[in-house]
Amino acid sequence: MHKHKSNTTLDSKLNAVSIALKQSIKNLDSYTHVRGESLYVDDVNIRQGTFHGVVFDSPKAHGKIKHIDYSKAEALEGVERIFTYKDVPGENQIGGIIPDEPLFAEDDVHFWGMPIALIVAESEFIARKARGLIEIEIEDLPVITTSKEAKAKGSFINAPRSFSLGDAEKGFNDCEYIFEGETFSNGQEHLYIEAQGAYAEPLENGNIKITSSTQGPTAVQKTVAQVLGVAMHKIEVDVTRLGGGFGGKEDQATPWAVMAALAAYHLNQSVKLILNRHDDLRMTGKRHPYESTYKIGLSKDLKILAYQAEFLQNSGAAADLSPAIAERTLFHATNSYFVPNVETTVISCKTHLPPNTAFRGFGGPQGMFVIESAIAKAANEIGVSPRQIQEANLLDENNSFSYGQIAKKVEAKNTWNSAKSIFNSEDLEKEIEDFNATNSNFKKGLAFMPITFGISFTNTPMNHARALVHIYLDGSVGISTAAVEMGQGVNTKMMQIAAQVFSIPIEKTKIETTNTTRVANTSPSAASSTADLNGKATLKACNALLGRLKTVASEDLNTSEDNIELKDEFVYVNNKKSELSWTELISKTMLKRVALTENAHYATPEIHFDKTKEKGHPFAYHVYGTAIITTTVDCTRGTYEFDSVKIVHDYGKSMSEGIDLGQVEGALIQGIGWMTMEEIAYNEDGRLLSNALSTYKVPDIFSVPKNVEVIPVETEGNDMAILKSKAVGEPPLMYGIGAYFALQNAIKAFNPNYDLKFHAPMTPEKVLMSLYSK
Amino acid sequence: MITFILNNKTIKTPEHSGMTLLDFVRYEQRLTGTKIGCREGDCGACTALVGTLKNNTIQYQSITSCISPLGNAHGKHIVTVEGTNLKNKLTAAQEAMKANYATQCGFCTPGFVVALTGFALSNSENNYNNALDAISGNICRCTGYKSIEKAAYQVVEKLEGQEKNSLKWLIENGFIPEYFESIPQRLKAIEVKDLNQPKGKYVSGGTDLYVQQADHLADNSVHLIAEKDYLKGISIVNNVCTIGTNSTVSDLWNHSEINNHFLNLKKHLKLVSSEQIRNMASFGGNLANASPIGDMTIFFLALNSTITISNENEKERILPLKDFYQGYKTYDLNDGELLKTISFKLPTKQSFFNFEKVCKRTHLDIASVNSAIHLFVENNVISEAHVSIGGVAAIPKYLHDTSSFLKGKTLTTETILEANEVLQNEISPISDVRGTSDYKRLLGRQLFFAHFIELFPKQFTLNDFVQHA
Repeated sequence: MHKHKSNTTLDSKLNAVSIALKQSIKNLDSYTHVRGESLYVDDVNIRQGTFHGVVFDSPKAHGKIKHIDYSKAEALEGVERIFTYKDVPGENQIGGIIPDEPLFAEDDVHFWGMPIALIVAESEFIARKARGLIEIEIEDLPVITTSKEAKAKGSFINAPRSFSLGDAEKGFNDCEYIFEGETFSNGQEHLYIEAQGAYAEPLENGNIKITSSTQGPTAVQKTVAQVLGVAMHKIEVDVTRLGGGFGGKEDQATPWAVMAALAAYHLNQSVKLILNRHDDLRMTGKRHPYESTYKIGLSKDLKILAYQAEFLQNSGAAADLSPAIAERTLFHATNSYFVPNVETTVISCKTHLPPNTAFRGFGGPQGMFVIESAIAKAANEIGVSPRQIQEANLLDENNSFSYGQIAKKVEAKNTWNSAKSIFNSEDLEKEIEDFNATNSNFKKGLAFMPITFGISFTNTPMNHARALVHIYLDGSVGISTAAVEMGQGVNTKMMQIAAQVFSIPIEKTKIETTNTTRVANTSPSAASSTADLNGKATLKACNALLGRLKTVASEDLNTSEDNIELKDEFVYVNNKKSELSWTELISKTMLKRVALTENAHYATPEIHFDKTKEKGHPFAYHVYGTAIITTTVDCTRGTYEFDSVKIVHDYGKSMSEGIDLGQVEGALIQGIGWMTMEEIAYNEDGRLLSNALSTYKVPDIFSVPKNVEVIPVETEGNDMAILKSKAVGEPPLMYGIGAYFALQNAIKAFNPNYDLKFHAPMTPEKVLMSLYSK
Repeated sequence: MITFILNNKTIKTPEHSGMTLLDFVRYEQRLTGTKIGCREGDCGACTALVGTLKNNTIQYQSITSCISPLGNAHGKHIVTVEGTNLKNKLTAAQEAMKANYATQCGFCTPGFVVALTGFALSNSENNYNNALDAISGNICRCTGYKSIEKAAYQVVEKLEGQEKNSLKWLIENGFIPEYFESIPQRLKAIEVKDLNQPKGKYVSGGTDLYVQQADHLADNSVHLIAEKDYLKGISIVNNVCTIGTNSTVSDLWNHSEINNHFLNLKKHLKLVSSEQIRNMASFGGNLANASPIGDMTIFFLALNSTITISNENEKERILPLKDFYQGYKTYDLNDGELLKTISFKLPTKQSFFNFEKVCKRTHLDIASVNSAIHLFVENNVISEAHVSIGGVAAIPKYLHDTSSFLKGKTLTTETILEANEVLQNEISPISDVRGTSDYKRLLGRQLFFAHFIELFPKQFTLNDFVQHA
């Protein structure tokens, strides 16, 4: 292996990162995590007599139900009851954006794995056994599995959406080079290690409490109420934590919670429904596969003057979140580049796959893959490095995005140039060239991947949150928000905010479960915005309490409020420590009958978007970054390793360096998995072939890049981010796209005849076939 | 009654021995730290440790409890994450995970903690690569593993200066709680009678059967054979190695003499599932599963192995492994018969053995194609050759024609290229989720070439075999 030349800038920066990591706050949930004491839905105590549910689902992707015989299943000892659409007292409807998705199939089935009935029995084992006894007859109808086919047959979810800037047709007239092409990016299974699940308990007066592994407690509450035909206040949803979500539990945690609640409603007994892995893989949607076409035009000096793209989104059998995901594809279609003339269209195609759904990046990665493919193709044809085209087109301050937002505090060039200089990219490229010139069994490839990702729900009305903060008599603090902890460390961040405002040890704060009776009408934990929205609300609540405490302290100490500060559990007057401690101050406040509870509401300012014009200012801010990925391909076997990923990332002013680095690394590897290894396969009948962990492979510890270096870009941060600490959940996933192009460059070094293909993931099979294609 | 020690508690249970250890631990004992991720040994969230008493010392191995029959716990010490917890502080493995931000959603975390604790308790040499092997069966979807690598590194550092196999040292240094010291005595004291075994499906490690038919096994009687002594052990007599079919892949991995004969044994076996599975999976199970892609079957075919089969009356018959397979998942085994041993000539100084495997993910994955070769070469002439290949036919395939073609030929590029032509005529891959038939055909060729590039690096490079501009 080539040894890196000593690079003092890099070393000092890596040192700074490692010091920050040592000092940074640890995830406060980790104590119970490592001891196996954290509680997930399948771990909460269940009531005596609890029943267990198993879902009976369609064994065909499209057809008419002719006949179902439940009699043998019902007769099995231990089976309590089987529920179908006929048992729904309210609406048999769970569609969030568009009401096009029944909870249980009625006369037709629209995807393989579509729920038809819920079997409730004394144990999951019995329910599963009963499932095998159900007989069903379905008359086959034609099955559509690809978006192209759906488009040809006119099968759509909704009307297409288009964004435009300038005049693309005119733009092409001025171009020296014009290229067209097709791309495909496959779906991706979320593979949260904790499968979907819920536990429903009937309470008095027909009220039901549901513990759900959901990113969207309000969606669960609203949908249960709708299906049961009861008011929302009858339904309480509680979330302890999630064993991973990644978007897969934003909308698709709902049906299981609804089914458990429906059974609890009828039986007046607790019902637990946890999907086993095979059921989860078969019945739930994934990241959307996209089939896209593009046309890109460049000037002689490699400026992209015009870009057109049509994105065919494979939405699956119902809308789910597809329209919103499609929209974000358009928002990110030009990634980190300024293109003056843009015309992009996305079409949500209705097929007979399980409804595809949110997945980290939410349509953004699919859009970015297309423009990166267009750039790679253009570079190959022109005979330059893709890096040259990327570099020539990076966003600048005050550039306009195609949706009308003016780019501010842009870090695209800053991260790009920093990455080049800190990591000595020219040396790196030279090393690879030398390696390839002297090695025949192995070839190396490198790719740059810049990212720009907008932060906010693109549906503006969703950008709000509330926090309920109690200070208890003894000075300890309880915080409730709408944030759902699923590994992203949001619990820790919320507690950090309270501890910082009150200047008390973080151990004196506690984050409560996410519960719809404490914080109502919430947006899901999604769009990377959870810490921003809920953090700002928490900050607001804590500041309001702080104000009241200061008033009490100033009266007690006979001074003006302006002189008061809370520091290290004491009241300071004019920077001098007083005798008044935090706990005494709280007692005094209580005695004065001043409220020690605050409920605050935060709504992101400034943002707006007009869907009739497709213009506006939808994002609070953008997150930027640049990655350099290198790979080594084994040209005998077609296997590969990633040698390094070097990233300059825009954290803003990170409030938790360790947690944020974990988000970058985790997202990166998930992105690489999507681009290289994770291959969803359906057969033409619409049956999922990659239906187990033995056939659907996600990265393991040996398949991650050997060396991952992440350096924060020097920046002021952004006031729209919580404590200037920018959202970090989704953006780094898109660094993984670089993996595809690094591999392709290595293949080209071995096989000059290789005709570039843009068909992700780049599996070992595709690598080997490409190495030896003629 | 199944009798064992679960963490610090002695268990006597009348439960059905075919139920999974996972279900027993989680739902009968309410130890919810052991998580359910996949129920097929592919994620490691349910990792537990099994302590076995041998000659007064206890040896711990990690397993995936989701595909382990409860009956196999009989007479053992089973450790879940709760059993590693100290009262008011974290263990060394737990602290390493916490300090390095190696836990996010936390759902896979107990599995990692238990596997790393298992590493500390194990006999394997204390180094970073072995620590990574210990967690090779654990999938994390959140962290991207870089932080977990750091945690593993910290565990290795903490273990430096450890007294070998000293429970006392591990207790003093905060790796395990104190009660571990009493376990060997307590295990000895437990009166362990042989389980009353009903007639039923023979189950050894269970690593394949529980993936395919867990519900059936939990509901019907099983006949556990993992502890049968007459199926155990590895012996070497006159350069012939005989392996009892109950031996696990780890038994082979740990066998020092075998390692002397197969210089790349660990490298090859590392491609076979994960450490947790290698600790359970028996060779007999791998052969009887008859998967066209069974790694160890391909391995033993190239060694031209013979197998011994015994029936209920302990009558034995011997046949070459290459004659055992008849068609897809069918083989020459009658009701009541058991595979007893596998025998083969060990590689010598004049012979060359290699194993190759390619899959989507290099580790803990099922091969698209795997292949093994055993060549005897004298003065650059091949005196004997055995080549096997998996994933390209209905059975794990011994390449009769290719092997006999090679015999007597001079070891040259031309010979190998011609042998590949023979090989291509012997295989008939089909397209499935592991690859298209074209891919498998190409991969078959490449792995065949790879054998020679690996075994004779001074003689052959890739360029000798493939034409490219």
